[in-house]
Amino acid sequence: MEQLTILLIVIPLMVAPITALIPSEKVTWLLTLIVCLISLAISCYILYEVIDGSHVIYELGGWRPPWGIEYKIDSLNAFVALIVSAMGCLSCLFAYRSVPDEIEEKMIPLFYAAFQLCLLGLLGIALTGDIFNLFVFLEISSLATYALISMGKNRKALTAAFSYLILGTIGATFFLIGVGFLFAASGSLNTADIASRFDSFKDMQLVETALIFMVLGIALKAAIFPLHSWLPNAYSQAPSTVGIFLSATATKVSIYVLLRILYDLYPVDYWVNMLLPQIMLSLGCVAVIYGSYRAWQQTEMKRLLAFSSIAQIGYIVIGFSLVSQLGLTAAILHLFNHALIKSTLFIGAGILLYRANTTELGSLRGLGRDMPWTFAAITLAGLSLIGVPGTVGFVTKWYLLEAAVEKGMWIVVITIVLGSVLAIGYVWKIVENLYFRSKRKVHIQDVPSGDSAIAITPKTMSAALWIGAMLCIFFGLNTELSFEAASSAATALLKQ
Amino acid sequence: MIEYIVGHINYWLIVAIMMVGLYTLMSRSNLVKKLAGLSMFQTAVILFYVSLGKVTGGTVPIISEQYSLYSNPLPQVLMLTAIVVGVATTALGFALVIRIKEAYNSVEENEISAMDEKE
Repeated sequence: MEQLTILLIVIPLMVAPITALIPSEKVTWLLTLIVCLISLAISCYILYEVIDGSHVIYELGGWRPPWGIEYKIDSLNAFVALIVSAMGCLSCLFAYRSVPDEIEEKMIPLFYAAFQLCLLGLLGIALTGDIFNLFVFLEISSLATYALISMGKNRKALTAAFSYLILGTIGATFFLIGVGFLFAASGSLNTADIASRFDSFKDMQLVETALIFMVLGIALKAAIFPLHSWLPNAYSQAPSTVGIFLSATATKVSIYVLLRILYDLYPVDYWVNMLLPQIMLSLGCVAVIYGSYRAWQQTEMKRLLAFSSIAQIGYIVIGFSLVSQLGLTAAILHLFNHALIKSTLFIGAGILLYRANTTELGSLRGLGRDMPWTFAAITLAGLSLIGVPGTVGFVTKWYLLEAAVEKGMWIVVITIVLGSVLAIGYVWKIVENLYFRSKRKVHIQDVPSGDSAIAITPKTMSAALWIGAMLCIFFGLNTELSFEAASSAATALLKQ
Repeated sequence: MIEYIVGHINYWLIVAIMMVGLYTLMSRSNLVKKLAGLSMFQTAVILFYVSLGKVTGGTVPIISEQYSLYSNPLPQVLMLTAIVVGVATTALGFALVIRIKEAYNSVEENEISAMDEKE
C-alpha cells in the first residue's frame, strides 16, 4: 500500500527516458496516456484512503525522518495529486491529434518525455514532506515547462519561455534562500519536524525572513498579482496541449505549496499578526479586478484566458487569506474547479486553433455556428467561469462570498461580485464573436490543400472538451464529492 | 559593530555577489549576460549554504575517536543537487538563446521586443 505513493514518482521518471528514445509518435502518446492513467488511478486510491483524516506515510530508502525524506500524505496532498493527474489525462487525450499538428515529428518523443517529467515534478511537489525535496521537484517541473513552452509554433514562444526561465529561476532561488534560512534556524528540512519544534526557535529573526523569502518566491511561481508578468505570454504562446496542462496545474500546485508553508510549516498565529493576510487579501482583490479587466481588453482567445487565470488565482488568494475554515475550503475547492474550467476553455481554444489555425477573436467570427457542439461546450465552461448556478464556478464563489460575509469583509464581497460582472464581459466577448457576429471567411494559413483538418474536429479533442464541460456541470450539481475532499483538506491544515 | 561586520564577513561577501548577479540580470538587455547574472545569483545561494555548514574548529564529518566536533555535511550534499539544477537551468537558457538568435537574429532584449511589437 505505502509503496504505491512512490510509484507516482517512479513511473513517470522511468518511462520518460524510454519515451524519449522511441521514434514513433503513436507509441509515445500511448505511453504518456498510460502513465497519466496509472497516476490517476493511484491518486484516486490514495485520496480514498486518506479522506477520513488518516495519513499514508512513506520513508524513502527506509531512512527515518527527519534524516531521510518522508512522504506524508494527507487529504490535501492526495487532492492536489488527483488534480494534476486528472488534468494530465485530459490534456493527453487532447494531445493525440493536436501534437502532430503543432510539433515537428522528430521532436514529438522529446515533447512527451518533457510532458511526463513535468507531470512527475508537479506530482512530486504535491506529495513530498521535505522542503528541499520540494525545491528539487519544483525545478524539475519548471525546467520541463520551459522546454515545453519553447516548442510553440510562433517564435514569440521562445522569448516567452526565456522570460519565464529567468523569473521562474529567480522565484525558485528565493524559495531556496528561504529554505536555507529555515534550515539554519531549525536544523531540519522535514516539514512535520520543523512544525513540531517551531516554538524552540520561533524568536529568531531568521525565521521571519525565511517566511518572506519563501512566500515571495512561490508567489512568483504562482503568478500572484503583481508577480504575474510571465504568465500571459507563456500560456498563450505554448503549444495547445501544454497550455491546457499548465493552466490547469502549474499555478495550482504553487498555490498548494503556499498553503503548506503558511498553514503547515508555520503556525497560523505566527504570521496572522504580520500584516501578511491583509497584504495578500488586497493583492487578491486587485488581481481579481485587474485580471478580469485585462482579460476583457484582449482580442486573442488564449491571452484572454490567461489573464482570466490571473483573476481566478486572485479568488484563490482571497480564499486562503481570510484565514477561516470556510475561506480555506473555498480556496482548495477553487483549485480543483478552476483547473476544470480553465482546461476546458483552453481545450476549446485548442480546437479552434486546430480548425481555423488562429485564435484571434476577430478571425473566428461566426465560427460557432459551424461548430455548434464545440461552441456549446465553450459556453458551458464560460458560464462556469462567470459562476452561474449549477456550474462549478458558482459553488466556489458561493462559499467564498459566505466566508467573506462571515468575516464582515464587505469590500471583498463587492470585489467578488464586480469580478463576476467583468467575467460576464469577457466571456460574452468570446460568445459574441463566435456566434453572433456575422460570418467572415476564416483565414486559412499553412493548411495544405485537400487537408480535411478544417472540416472535422477530431474525436479525441471533442471527447476531451466534453469530458471537461460535463465535469464542470457534474461537480456543480453534485458538490458533496469535491466539497468533502476540500473541507477535509482544510480541516487537516487548520488543526495544529 | 566592526566585530559584527568582520564576524559575518562571508555573509556580506555572499550578499554582494548575489546583488551583483541580480543587478546584471535586471540591467543588461543582452540575453547571454542576463543568464550570466542569473548564474551568479544562484552561485551566491550555493556559497551561502556551504558556509552555513561550517562549524568553527570542526573537522570533516568522518567518525573518529580523536574528534568530537564535526562540520555539518548536509548543506554540501544539498548543494550538489542545487548545482546540478543550476547547470541544467543555464544549459536550457543557452539553448533558448541559440534558438532566439536563429529566429530573431539578435540576442538584445530591447530589439527582440521591438520586433515582437511590430508583428
